[in-house]
Amino acid sequence: MTESLTETRPIRLKGRSFLALTLTPELPIEAWLASLDDLAGRSAGFFLGRPVVLDLENVDITKAELTGLIAELGKRNVWIMGIEGARPSLIGPGMPPAMKGGRPGPDFEAPSDEPAQQAQAEQPAATGRHPARAVPSIIIREPVRSGQSVIFPEGDVTIIGSVASGAEVVAGGSIHIYGTLRGRALAGTVGNTSARIFCRKLEAELLAIDGLYKTAEDMDRNLRGQAVQFWLEGDAIMAETLN
Amino acid sequence: MAKVIVVTSGKGGVGKTTSTAALGAALAQRGEKTVVIDFDVGLRNLDLVMGAERRVVYDLVNVIQGDAKLPQALIRDKRVETLFLLPASQTRDKDALTSEGVEIVMETLKRHFDWIICDSPAGIERGATLAMRHADAAVIVTNPEVSSVRDSDRIIGLLDSKTLKAENGERMEKHLLLTRYDPVRAARGDMLKVDDVLEILSIPLLGIIPESMEVLRASNLGTPVTLADKTSAPAMAYEQAARRLAGEIIPVTIPGERRSILAKMFGRRAA
Repeated sequence: MTESLTETRPIRLKGRSFLALTLTPELPIEAWLASLDDLAGRSAGFFLGRPVVLDLENVDITKAELTGLIAELGKRNVWIMGIEGARPSLIGPGMPPAMKGGRPGPDFEAPSDEPAQQAQAEQPAATGRHPARAVPSIIIREPVRSGQSVIFPEGDVTIIGSVASGAEVVAGGSIHIYGTLRGRALAGTVGNTSARIFCRKLEAELLAIDGLYKTAEDMDRNLRGQAVQFWLEGDAIMAETLN
Repeated sequence: MAKVIVVTSGKGGVGKTTSTAALGAALAQRGEKTVVIDFDVGLRNLDLVMGAERRVVYDLVNVIQGDAKLPQALIRDKRVETLFLLPASQTRDKDALTSEGVEIVMETLKRHFDWIICDSPAGIERGATLAMRHADAAVIVTNPEVSSVRDSDRIIGLLDSKTLKAENGERMEKHLLLTRYDPVRAARGDMLKVDDVLEILSIPLLGIIPESMEVLRASNLGTPVTLADKTSAPAMAYEQAARRLAGEIIPVTIPGERRSILAKMFGRRAA
């Protein structure tokens, strides 16, 4: 047995989200493509490097027409990464995958007729007055029971009560548990390395911050039953008692 | 108006059926009209524990499917005249229970009884969710060991989400009944202690039933524990639990710990 075999290096399961641009084709397709050409004409590189999703929710289209549409878009340098709201029969091999669970995001600003230089000149000033944005959080006022999951990718989760064995809390931000943590807590799941986990009493089955995890077996025995906080330093989960 | 109680646990073999029979018999002995319903279609046992297995003609599934009227399926207990049993079918499977059928049966029973005690099957599938659906309160039967406690925790989560009460935004009343408790083994650390279980589940304690040969003997005789030897430790524990369920405030005693002192106190008060 070589040493490298016994050495365990956990695989980091990271999440990352991109804002995709959604195109909603309208019938007749030819007319819609013409207006798309008009948009692209104003800014040649508008679609370059942007993830684009095709929304077919309200479009009555055949499989052949869809293949043709994707080819036409390809000619215009618009590469489709996924299709939303399509009937499963429309999507076959060699086509972009079907996507589900999309949530609305901010609108993209369409390229205007005005000269590009002016917009660029304004940009440094714009970053300077970045508006303050409140970080969302939720508070759960009862114990999280075995088999239940609290999933909140948008921000912090605070639980007033315990998290049972077999229950899990998944947060985009930090997790605060005013009770005993017996189940799983996964903080910073959307790639937030500064997320932390706090609990009043540690009996956890598994902890993870930004995809890096620790099972109960890997945890320091002296931390059991203590009030503890966890945070990330590089590739290591650090722990400290709060008393 | 009747109060509907579901006796549930998630895990099998912890004493749901025994507890249903014992609590039902204890409530009926108070003179209140009580029906115990077996929801364990396909694996019925409540008829055996109640000693009525030879008197079953029609069952819950017959009533739901319209093959029999409810009064035809209800079996009156021979020892306590206010106690009735609605047996489950042994030959059908759980899919024979329909949500609408159960609702009609429950609504009819509510008009005629003071207490409706539903004996839930183990698991978290259809039979268990239908048994808890119409309940006003739940008795969660738990053994002092980790797997039972975790399954009970799961059931509490379902009680707070899958019942009519929960769907109407009301809170389900929940009571913990700790069964098969052995104070000697708990002290040795072989079993979870009462406080540990209460801390994990964080619901009020209805009673602690000591591990006893009496329970097995009564089951095999087809007698609810509370109708067998009334002076036995489990019979007294169930009888007190039933009184607490009915709203009386009686301190819970932990078997083996303070029993002698409390027995003296109660003895003195009675004298």
